[in-house]
Amino acid sequence: MAQMTTETHSGSPHRKARTHRVSDSLPGETLITWLRDMLLIREFENRCAQAYQQAKIGGFCHLYTGQEAVAVGTIQSLERDDPIVTAYRDHGHALARGMDPGACMAEMFGKITGCAKGKGGSMHMFDKPNWLFGGHGIVGAQTPLGTGLAFAARYEWEVMGKPCPNPGVKPGDKPKKKVSLAYLGDGALNQGALHEAMNLAGLYSLPVIYVVENNGYSMGTAIERGTTMAHDLRKKADAYGIRGEIIDGFDVIDLYDDFKPLVDWCRENQRPAFVDLKTYRYLGHSMSDPQKYRTKEEVDQFKGKDSIDRLASQLMGERKGKDGKPILSEARFTEIQTEVKEAVRKAMDFAEESPTPDVEAELYSDVFINPQPNLSPTRDYIHGVKNPLL
Amino acid sequence: MTTTLEHPALPEPAILPDFTKPLPSREGDRIIQFREALREAMSEEMRKDSRIFLMGEEVAQYNGAYKISQGMLDEFGPLRIIDSPISENGFAGLAVGAAMYGLRPIIEFMSWSFSLVAADQILNNVPKMLYMSGGQWGCPVVFRGNDGAGGQLGSTHSWCVEGLYANVPGVKIVIPSNPYDAKGLLKTAIADPDPVFFLESERMLGDKAHVPPEEYYIPFGQAALLREGKDCTIVSFGRPVNFCLEADEALRAEGIECDVLDMRTIRPLDIDSIIASVKKTGRIVVVDQCWPFASVASEVVTQVIERAFDWLDHQPLRVNTEDVPTPYSKVLEAEYLPNPRKIAAAVRKTLAS
Repeated sequence: MAQMTTETHSGSPHRKARTHRVSDSLPGETLITWLRDMLLIREFENRCAQAYQQAKIGGFCHLYTGQEAVAVGTIQSLERDDPIVTAYRDHGHALARGMDPGACMAEMFGKITGCAKGKGGSMHMFDKPNWLFGGHGIVGAQTPLGTGLAFAARYEWEVMGKPCPNPGVKPGDKPKKKVSLAYLGDGALNQGALHEAMNLAGLYSLPVIYVVENNGYSMGTAIERGTTMAHDLRKKADAYGIRGEIIDGFDVIDLYDDFKPLVDWCRENQRPAFVDLKTYRYLGHSMSDPQKYRTKEEVDQFKGKDSIDRLASQLMGERKGKDGKPILSEARFTEIQTEVKEAVRKAMDFAEESPTPDVEAELYSDVFINPQPNLSPTRDYIHGVKNPLL
Repeated sequence: MTTTLEHPALPEPAILPDFTKPLPSREGDRIIQFREALREAMSEEMRKDSRIFLMGEEVAQYNGAYKISQGMLDEFGPLRIIDSPISENGFAGLAVGAAMYGLRPIIEFMSWSFSLVAADQILNNVPKMLYMSGGQWGCPVVFRGNDGAGGQLGSTHSWCVEGLYANVPGVKIVIPSNPYDAKGLLKTAIADPDPVFFLESERMLGDKAHVPPEEYYIPFGQAALLREGKDCTIVSFGRPVNFCLEADEALRAEGIECDVLDMRTIRPLDIDSIIASVKKTGRIVVVDQCWPFASVASEVVTQVIERAFDWLDHQPLRVNTEDVPTPYSKVLEAEYLPNPRKIAAAVRKTLAS
C-alpha cells in the first residue's frame, strides 16, 4: 500500500511568492469567526457519527472531519449572493454557508424541520436563503449544475439587465458579476459530467470555479489508481482552456490568500477556474467504511497538520492585534469551544424533539409546483407545509 | 382570465395562461408546417420573457438540425439561441442549474435517443429537485426533440422514450400529433413552472395544417376527441394518432365507428375522457409507439381495468411496436411500427363475437 504523505499531498510547493497577503487586511474578529465555524463543523460531525451509530441518522452519511478549512476558506472568499453547489459530503458547506445546525441535523433525523423537510437526508442539503443549491448524491452530477448557475449569473447581467428575483434581491437592484462554486471530490475527476461541464464553461466563458476537494481517495481508491496526471491535476483544466491552480487546504489563511484572488479574477474576467485543493479526511468515506486502504500512520500524519489546531495556534500566537497581543486569548478560545459544543447540543435536541413529517401532507407534496389532476394514477399531489427555511 | 400561481420555489409568482378561453378553430387557411408551429411557440414566448433561452446542438448557426429554430438566431441573437457542443449530459445539467437560479431554459435534443446519455440529469435531477430540496427549488426546463422512429435510423436513433420516462414522477410529458396542438401545447409547456418533456417526431415535422394566428394555450391533461363513434375507443398519442385516424377511416367503410382520442399529454393523462368513452363503447384499443412491456399502453389499460372493468365487453387490446430492437430495413421497420392495418385488426377483434 503506497502511503500518502503530508509532503507529497500538499499545495505548499506550488505556492507562489506573495508580495502581499489579502488576509492581512482582515480584522482579527473575522479570523476568530472562521475558527468558530471550523470548530462547529468538527463538533457537528462528531455528534453526527454518534447519532448515526445510535441509528438516529439513516442512509449514507459522509463526514467532513479534516476538511473544515476548505469549506470555510473558500466560502469566506465569496460574496453572500454567489451561488454554490456541492456533492454529498455536504454538512461542512451547509454550516459554513450559514445553515442553522438545527435544520441540518433535523434533516438527517428525517424531521419536518430539516432543511429539506426530511425529504433529502445527509447527501441533499439545500438552503435557498443561504444560496446553497444542494448537496448532490451522484458523483460529478453537480458540476454541470454549478456551470448552469454561472451561466444564469452571467445571463442575468448580459441579457436580462436585471437580477432574477432571488433571495436578497430588492426591486431596482442592478445585476452583479457573480462567481459560482462547484465543489467535487477527487473521485468526480473521472466522471464525464465534469469534463462536459468544464468544456462548456471554457467555451461559454462562465464564471465558475471547480473546487476539487482532493482528499486523496475516491472511497477506497487512492487518487493515482483512479485518474491520470494525479501529480498535476491542472493539466485536466488546461485541456479546456481553464485556469488551474493547486492550493493547500491545511491552513485556512493560506488557502484564503490563494483562493480569494482567484475568485476576484474569475469575477472580474468572467472566466472559469479549476482548483486542486489538497485536503484530507480523517474518517472513512462514509460511516460504513473499515478503511483497509490506508494506514493509521498516514491518518495520524495528517492529523498532525490539523487545520483547526493550526489556526488556533496562529490566532493565539504569531497573529497579533493592534495592541501587540495575540488576537485570541486562551480564555476566549475555551469560551468559543464551549459555545460551539452548546450550539451543537442544541441542534441535537432540536432534531430529536422535532416532529416527523406528516405522511398525508408531505409524502405527496413537492412533486410538482403546479400539480394537476391525473398526473399520477394513484394520487393527486397536494401542497404540504412550506419549507421551514423559506 | 389568467391565474397567478404562487409557490415557495418560484422566485416570483408564475402567471399561468388563460385556459378558460375557448380555443380557436382548427379550420382555416393559415397552413404551416409542424416545425414552424414549434418555432412560433418558442419565439412568441421568448419575445415576452427574457428569462427564456434555447440551447442545443445546431440550434443557432446551422438554423436547427431539423430547421425548427430557423431564423431564431437572427431575431434573438447568440446569447439566447445557443449552439451547444455534443454533450447532452453537460448542457442538460447546465439547464438544471440555470433553471434553479431563475431562468427558463428550452433544451433541444436533436433526438430523444440522445437524451439517454443525459439520463442522470434528466431523470435524477430534473424530476426530483423540488422534492429533494423540500420544495425550495423547482426545475422549470422544457426538454424537446424528436422521439420515435425517424425512418430507417436503426436501433440507437429510434427511441420512444415515453415508456421509460413516464415511469418517473415529477415531470410532465407532452406528445402532440399535429401542428395545431404542437404550438398550443409547447406554449403551455414553456409557461408551466414544472419540468416538461416535449416529444416531437421527425416524421411529422413537415406535416402541414392550419395554425391560427392568434395566441392560444392548450391545457395539459385534456384529450382531443378527434372522431366519434359508438363501437370502440381508440386511444393514442403522438404520431400514431394519425395511423388511428387512417384505421378509423377504413373501419367506417365497414360500418365500424370508433371514438379516436388523442391524449396530447401522457402526464397528466386524461383518464377521465378515456373512461367516459369506454363506458359508451365497452371496448378499447390503445395504440402506442413504445415497446409493449411496461409501456404507456400498459398503464392506460391498467387504469381502464381499475376504473371501468364492469363496462368492458371485450378485454382491452394494445397495439405497440413489436418487442424487438428497431430494425433498419424498410420492410422490417414498417412491420415493426404500429400501422393502420394492425390498429384496424385490433378493433375488429374487439368486435368479433
